[in-house]
Amino acid sequence: MQYMLQFRETPEERAKPNDPAQTGTYWGGWQAYIGALAQSGVMVGGNVLRPPETATTLRVENGTRHVVDGPFADTKEQLAGFVILDVPDLDAALEWAARAPCASGGSVEVRPVLPPPAA
Amino acid sequence: MMDEARRDAAARATIAARESYGKLLAILASRMHDVAAAEDALADALAAALAQWPRDGVPSNPVGWLLTVARRSAGHAAARRQTAARGAVVVQMLEDERNDPTADDFGDDRLKLMFVCTHPAIAADAQAPLMLQTVLGLDATRIAASFLVAPASMGQRLVRAKRRIRDAGIAFAIPEPEDIPERMSAVLSAIYAAYGAAWDDVAGADPRLADLADEAIWLARLTVQLAPDQPEALGLLAMMLHCEARRAARRGPDGAFIPLRDQDVALWSREMMAEAEAALRAAAQAGRPGRFQTEAAIQSLHAQSRMTGERLHGPLAQLYDVLARFAPTTGVLVARAVALAENGEADAALAQLDAITGAETYQPWWASRARILWLCGQEATAHEAASRAAGLSSDPGIRGFLLAGGYRDAPS
Repeated sequence: MQYMLQFRETPEERAKPNDPAQTGTYWGGWQAYIGALAQSGVMVGGNVLRPPETATTLRVENGTRHVVDGPFADTKEQLAGFVILDVPDLDAALEWAARAPCASGGSVEVRPVLPPPAA
Repeated sequence: MMDEARRDAAARATIAARESYGKLLAILASRMHDVAAAEDALADALAAALAQWPRDGVPSNPVGWLLTVARRSAGHAAARRQTAARGAVVVQMLEDERNDPTADDFGDDRLKLMFVCTHPAIAADAQAPLMLQTVLGLDATRIAASFLVAPASMGQRLVRAKRRIRDAGIAFAIPEPEDIPERMSAVLSAIYAAYGAAWDDVAGADPRLADLADEAIWLARLTVQLAPDQPEALGLLAMMLHCEARRAARRGPDGAFIPLRDQDVALWSREMMAEAEAALRAAAQAGRPGRFQTEAAIQSLHAQSRMTGERLHGPLAQLYDVLARFAPTTGVLVARAVALAENGEADAALAQLDAITGAETYQPWWASRARILWLCGQEATAHEAASRAAGLSSDPGIRGFLLAGGYRDAPS
């Protein structure tokens, strides 16, 4: 069963990679985590995203396009990256979610992936 | 004035509920043979207390009051279902009430309830949660978080387990003497599962200490009180108290992980250690060693070694061999390999570790591997193992400890 883990970070967490005192721990933690995912053979795919300020959001209302700078919703926690995992069940997905560095100082949303329709 | 009385009554209802929840539920469930229906009846009684006590004053015997109201509520519910079998149960309950209307000594059916929760017919992953819910009254959401399970799944798991108790007719009784050792072992394993694992033996291993340590220790004390002739119950209590005594020393002010070898022993709780040692001595008098007494003895040796500076690696490795015979779990086998390596046999320890199968994503296995490889002089592979252990860790303090080379003797 495939699950998407969405990694969300608070502004404090997002500031860490830019702080020379914390950048090493921050990236070290993520490298170890992604490395463990890959070596355990559960990772289908995934990416780290550039910060939410780099987002551009498009919406069409009554035929008119609205294009704005920034993310869709200006919430405290922002999407920082995601992975798709192939694991037996939700319990296993939650176990991996708990290991994500942003599980403390952010959150991880776990969503089942809808299987493609049978051909 | 009124508000104050209401708050006081609400507070007393809450206290009566917390202190006697398991006791009341055990009495109700053992009469009704139905945990879910007993929970409903008790919930009705608690709601009635919150409505009536502020108005009419707190009864002189709050617990007896709750029990009486819960029994009546159960009676009404059964009458609504109109089944003959339940009618008989209600007659029995009302009979009990007549015989014992206000006495404060209701007996204690909680041990029976604990045996029911850990009956072999109950799914293994539901036993500890069920015990926490029925004996302590914890809600499913809190239990779910502690076991890292979705609240909806935990709710289903608990509902299924209660249905099974009712439909399978699992007896609310103390098991036959010949069955007691095995059934007691299931009770103790469930309490241990609620405690998690402290991992004081393996530096950099995820502790998996749920925030249920206090609850687990409370359950162990209750078991010792209700079954004082069970040395393994004393052993479990001693082991948990030894680990718990070190809680304050296990973390630096910034949340950094501090392994046993570097802990400030002045921060250890002398009170808990004394209680642990007393429990372990009392257990030893029975002359029936077992898994939990051995685990407690290991923690006792760790404490002694740190307090006196005496090197006890040899006795520790021997105790781990004993423990692995009682309980060859992955966790025990991993910790045994580390004990062997610390005792100077790093190469043999590595072979032991490699022989453990199915540990690919088991964080303590990788943390142990880092330590053992370093003791074997294989620095590069030790570093790789530490990185893998860090990636599998769900604890920022331990992740940092491993990435900073905590598996070495002198972290750089």
